[in-house]
Amino acid sequence: MAEFEPVLTANVHKPDSHTLRVYRESGGYTALKKVLDGMSSAEVVDAVKASNLRGRGGAGFPCGLKWSFLPKDHPGPVYMCVNADESEPGTFNNRLLMEDDPHQVIEGIIIGCYATRAQTAYIYLRYEYPTSYNRLQAAIDECYANNLLGKNILGSEFSLDIYLHRGAAAYICGEETGLIESLEGKRAWPRIKPPFPAIEGAFRKPTVVNNIETMACVPHIINRGADWFKSMGVPSTGPRDAGSYGPKLYCLSGHIEKPGIYEAPLGITCRELIEKFGGGVWKGRKGKAAIPGGISMGLLTEAEWDTPLDFAGPGKAGCLGLGTAAVVVLDETVSMVDFLHNSCRFFAHESCGQCTPCREGTSWSERILARIKAGKGRLKDLELILNISASIGIMPGTTICGLADGAAWPMKNAVNKFRAEFEEYIKRTNPSGYAQEDAVEALELVGLGVH
Amino acid sequence: MATIIIDGQEIEIDDNERLNVIQAADRAGVAIPFYCWHPGLSVVASCRMCLVETGTKNKETGKIDMVPKLVPACQTPAKDGTVVVTNSDKVKAKQQFVQEGLLLDHPVDCPICDQAGECWLQDYYFNYGHQQRRADVRPFTSQRRDLGEHVTLFVDRCVMCSRCVRFTREISGGGELQVVNRGSHAEIDIFPGFPLDDKLSGNVNDLCPVGALCSKDFLYEQRTWFLEPHNSVCTRCSTGCSIQQHVNQNHLYRIQPRYNPNANDWWMCDIGRNENDHVHAPERLTSIKRRGDGGWEDLLWPQGLMAIHETLIATAKEQGGAKLAFVLSPFLTCEEAFLLASYARELAPETWLVLGKVPVTGEDEVFKSGFTIRAERCPNRKGIEEILKHFGGNTCDWAGLLTKVDSGELAAAYITGDYPDPWIDDAEAARFEKLAWLIVHDILPTPLARRARFVIPGACSAEKDGCYVNHAGLLQATEWGVRPPEGSHVDGQTFGDLLGRKGLYQAAAVIRELAHAVPFFARAAEGVPEAGLNLVTGTEQQPRTTALGTVTHPLPTFRSMAAPFLEVESTT
Repeated sequence: MAEFEPVLTANVHKPDSHTLRVYRESGGYTALKKVLDGMSSAEVVDAVKASNLRGRGGAGFPCGLKWSFLPKDHPGPVYMCVNADESEPGTFNNRLLMEDDPHQVIEGIIIGCYATRAQTAYIYLRYEYPTSYNRLQAAIDECYANNLLGKNILGSEFSLDIYLHRGAAAYICGEETGLIESLEGKRAWPRIKPPFPAIEGAFRKPTVVNNIETMACVPHIINRGADWFKSMGVPSTGPRDAGSYGPKLYCLSGHIEKPGIYEAPLGITCRELIEKFGGGVWKGRKGKAAIPGGISMGLLTEAEWDTPLDFAGPGKAGCLGLGTAAVVVLDETVSMVDFLHNSCRFFAHESCGQCTPCREGTSWSERILARIKAGKGRLKDLELILNISASIGIMPGTTICGLADGAAWPMKNAVNKFRAEFEEYIKRTNPSGYAQEDAVEALELVGLGVH
Repeated sequence: MATIIIDGQEIEIDDNERLNVIQAADRAGVAIPFYCWHPGLSVVASCRMCLVETGTKNKETGKIDMVPKLVPACQTPAKDGTVVVTNSDKVKAKQQFVQEGLLLDHPVDCPICDQAGECWLQDYYFNYGHQQRRADVRPFTSQRRDLGEHVTLFVDRCVMCSRCVRFTREISGGGELQVVNRGSHAEIDIFPGFPLDDKLSGNVNDLCPVGALCSKDFLYEQRTWFLEPHNSVCTRCSTGCSIQQHVNQNHLYRIQPRYNPNANDWWMCDIGRNENDHVHAPERLTSIKRRGDGGWEDLLWPQGLMAIHETLIATAKEQGGAKLAFVLSPFLTCEEAFLLASYARELAPETWLVLGKVPVTGEDEVFKSGFTIRAERCPNRKGIEEILKHFGGNTCDWAGLLTKVDSGELAAAYITGDYPDPWIDDAEAARFEKLAWLIVHDILPTPLARRARFVIPGACSAEKDGCYVNHAGLLQATEWGVRPPEGSHVDGQTFGDLLGRKGLYQAAAVIRELAHAVPFFARAAEGVPEAGLNLVTGTEQQPRTTALGTVTHPLPTFRSMAAPFLEVESTT
């Protein structure tokens, strides 16, 4: 493979990269012109379909296929929601795109709307990104001033309005139907599916929800073609695998020498990412584990770091999937009990509370982990954690959305892959009671900070 | 016909029936547990108690393809070829997990909980719960707080089914209730300063499957297992909601709505539910009295009725029947009105039959779902009118009666009341002083009763058997819940006695008699079904009763009767 040229991050280091001037100087909005000058909506959808572009938000659903689910001949309006509620722990790639190259994103959105015949797009931005907010809004204003948004874009028949909507900082708003509910001004309780948003989404109209990074890929596919896009990444291995093509922004954080965002073709191994881009585990220590793609994807042990980070890779190592490709490295000093407690605490805090298994399962696991941490653990708690993790999520079918799967996978992976460490910790901190089978008196827990 | 296979058992449903898997399974006699689903509310599929395995059977090959994931039965439509498994280990394990999760933060304060005995958590725990508690966490605890005039919330008992929230958004339309906070800290609450105080608020207490929402009017009044349900009809407005009176030891403790697709669906208003002070009011009339020169004198029933009868006969003979008026209160049942009218016309064919005063308050109050509290605050105006129409001759309404009284056309009037609220003021009552003989048959000492020569104690609607015809012509049967106070008789008994009939008053016999005598009531000849008979349109819906809806489904007794989840089918 030839040396990889950055695609999505090609501009980000230029001064004033967030302005329309710089974006145009580096060839911006040519894809839009090409689309508006000579392509029909269906041709754009076909081009994206041919590229096998898969959603970068976490689930990896093929983008062109999603667009083609919109009902044909719907009287409209059709909405596009762009998911910029980037709240998966360890993930910050959308932020880079929105802060340093917002026009690339907006061009993608305009093309996406043209393809889906949406005349209104909402960018749902998480509250914690003020710079993204300012720069995206400035970019949108620039677009309106230069006839890139609004009525009859670049003299064509196509009109589009983009609204930047700021969320109020909840993890669940990143779930597509939670996002839609929140956008409508309601409590972000994910909706039951079917109907899927493509049939009935925002304001009960057909809606397509895409991630920021997915949209940023679209102009490049239009400009350079599906074959160019498919020259990067990992080819499909069978009819059930859509393949992992194209460039991807990997977020690298945790115990690493050079944390940051690195662009690479899909399929780079976790070890290569850490060694080649991240400069290895920090302070000369050894690695212990890594989160492959945001905390909800689970854990890769150091021995599994050769797993390729494409859409299929982490799954083969027992993780949930690629997720947001946010790699968090844990060095050898990290206690897995601490890690799992922190993970469970996050999901207990962010569970929306709608479905019983998730609401109670996440909170229960947090309390069990807090108790283990406080030196009151028992060996049988590990079975309980595994039982909880197997009982919550859309995989077993017990919840409406995937938040609980994200909560379950760290539990599963941590306990299964580091069982010896958990057992050692429990035995060491609770020498008199680790084998206890009876229920612990609830009152014993008073004063442990456990509730 | 669509064929559904439930636990290996094939059942058939009509193509035009839209059932979910819970309802289809119910037809097959298979109980699927649920909390958040309610047939009258939107589906949220969030409690996850109704998880089942589903699949489809290929009609040609007979091959069954099962879906690997569990699905919520409430959200899964029962379509032709749907295969449902409700009793596999996988299903049971997940139901146990849900049940365990719900009890994680539950205080288990059943001994002091009003819901104990009709609590779904209790019932399901035996069928679907873990028998040994694995959770050893300290529950979150929070205090009870009032949400409105009739509703109080025990926060820590809540299972977050969101039925109450959906009710206020979809049925009453006020949207007062909402969920606040997230995850296991989520709670039901109101916005500060905007309490849940509309006139349907009491329904959220019925909807709550656990002891979280409790009625402030019933709180700590009675253990539910002592209560005996009596199927009745609310008389507070002409909607005529089907209700249940919950009674213990001749004391009415609680009123809850009873499912009736023809009248009220699953709901009722707070007026009918709570304003029942008259039933056990200490000032109830309890003896038949005569006012002579020396003041009031208590009579024994036979002598009293005889004196009244003789007075009426004498007046009719001496001054003519047209000098006599009989007022049929719209609170009388059809049977009672029929008996009294028969008596009146037996005395003389030209006696005046008068439709009693029809109380009207404000305007009809229509809620989002269409549920209506009618301005006409009486149960049986239409029924009385039909009976008057049948008897014909001299009939008039209350205003007509007042004119006749003022003009001195009348010598005697027999006025029935039974109104739960004060219905006549002093000035209006004083106009009746002109009459030589005023006989008042009522339950409370009204200004009119004080001016009467004879007072007959009647029975209030809680104490009556009989039928009412609501605003739309729906004939419904009501059943007594409590006995009248000692010394009072039910009105039908009194009228029967006046007619010289022997024995005890049997409403069921009188309605048959009425059905044969008056064509409007003809359909009631075979008895009145639970959901009533619409005498105007001739068609109504009758809820389908299945074995589960009444006997073996693990819904507590009252719930299964008051809010069955049965679908309805049309019959004519």
